[in-house]
Amino acid sequence: MKHYSAFAVAREALRSHTGWERAWRSPEPKKRYDVIIVGAGGHGLATAYYLGKNYGIQNVAIIEKGWLGGGNTGRNTTIIRSNYLQDPSAAIYEKSRSLYEHLSQDLNYNLMFSPRGVIMLAQTHHEVRGYQRTAHANALQGVPTEWIGPQRVKELVPIINLEGPRYPVLGGLWQERGGTARHDAVAWGYARACSAMGMDIIQKCEVTGVRQENGRVTGVDTTKGAIECEKLGIVVAGHSGQLAEMAGFRLPLEAVALQALVSEPIKPCMDVVVMANTVHGYMSQSDKGEMVIGGGTDGFNNYTQRGSFHHIEETVRALVETFPMISRLKMLRQWGGIVDMTGDRSPILSKTPLGNCFINGGWGTGGFKAIPGSGWGMAQLMATGHSPLTEAFSLDRFKEGRFIDESVAAGVAH
Amino acid sequence: MLILHCPCCGVDAEETELHAGGEAHIKRFGPGSDDDQFHDYLFMRENPKGVHFERWQHANGCGKWFHAARCTATLEVFGTYRAQTTEPPKDIRDAITAKRPGWVWREFS
Repeated sequence: MKHYSAFAVAREALRSHTGWERAWRSPEPKKRYDVIIVGAGGHGLATAYYLGKNYGIQNVAIIEKGWLGGGNTGRNTTIIRSNYLQDPSAAIYEKSRSLYEHLSQDLNYNLMFSPRGVIMLAQTHHEVRGYQRTAHANALQGVPTEWIGPQRVKELVPIINLEGPRYPVLGGLWQERGGTARHDAVAWGYARACSAMGMDIIQKCEVTGVRQENGRVTGVDTTKGAIECEKLGIVVAGHSGQLAEMAGFRLPLEAVALQALVSEPIKPCMDVVVMANTVHGYMSQSDKGEMVIGGGTDGFNNYTQRGSFHHIEETVRALVETFPMISRLKMLRQWGGIVDMTGDRSPILSKTPLGNCFINGGWGTGGFKAIPGSGWGMAQLMATGHSPLTEAFSLDRFKEGRFIDESVAAGVAH
Repeated sequence: MLILHCPCCGVDAEETELHAGGEAHIKRFGPGSDDDQFHDYLFMRENPKGVHFERWQHANGCGKWFHAARCTATLEVFGTYRAQTTEPPKDIRDAITAKRPGWVWREFS
């Protein structure tokens, strides 16, 4: 792998950019790997990367049904934050956020990480109490966040309307080190680094079955033939349930559509990320100038990557009251992704009833921010059988009543 | 936009009139059941990519609950039926079989 640098740009400029090589190889699958990861999205690639980097396991294949980063990794609103209420959530999301800070250097790939700050608006008195509680919890967890009043919100976001009749701004939970990153680049950066370690990224290859013997996984059947493996990691977001069924167990998940949209590009007007959970809307401005807007989920099971129009309308209607200047903006694109939701709205990173088969899924509406931390923990779990980061997120927590209940903690929009 | 026929009031209701209520025909387990049964009842949904039976409320209409059979992969609706039943009626099952031969759903298919 050639190193990306200012010198490389200058060198290539002098020879008409003929020396750039492909960022990752596209090999045919080998017969056998030590580890197979199903799903070449952010979480799958990060898992493979840290398996190689932290544990020296480099005989790894990452198998992808579609194209690299074409699922939820390429469909989210790129927000990175770690201001969660529950300790296990704060631990894994803060690990993730701190890894993002140096990830561009680590991967030698510009992720355009922008720690511009994230405000979660409190627009009801219930939310005020909730976020003050979260700020106290974050102080104990060592996650720097702060409760701020409406005037400070106005200083940070001059375009905001504090006095909305339906949704007044009563304050906010401010995480200065939160922000955004370029979502595609996260997948591409990890893919390039994995490929450089000799791992095989196999795209357009759908897993059709999971092979097992004596209660242990032995390989997978794919559209490119059978591939053997020692360990299997299922990291497929919306289709976790389908893969689990192939492996012979069930997951406490349901798949629903989550939508987002972007406006036409405008001049810089907002340099922080604003989330408004009461109205299920969040907004930031991309480097291109588009206002990136995320909405809530549909209420019904859906695998079509297509959401309902009226959910967009609800989100935009509420945001227009909070940000009156966006009322005349034209919207350029709208899209949907399939997220898998657990009962407590926290992910599952766990061993499974099938030996040597591991699952990483159920990230619901908040997976992008967790990519590096999730990969870090999942790699540790797969390599050593135990990870303090993922311990609390095990599959048996539902049976044992150990919920990591972020749905009532109002940490994210649902 | 999703349009469902409400079998209670006879209106073809569009999505904004409706409230989704999740999976239908869930067998309930309570006191006296074992842990696995209770766990499955609480958390394990079918979550199929295909034929799905589900509950809907005609919230901004007659207010009553009913059931629908729908495909989660295409959003096609096979039919709706009254909620006062423990399993989908034969005409609904036949309508599904006509379009999705070999469909499965617990003990009903």
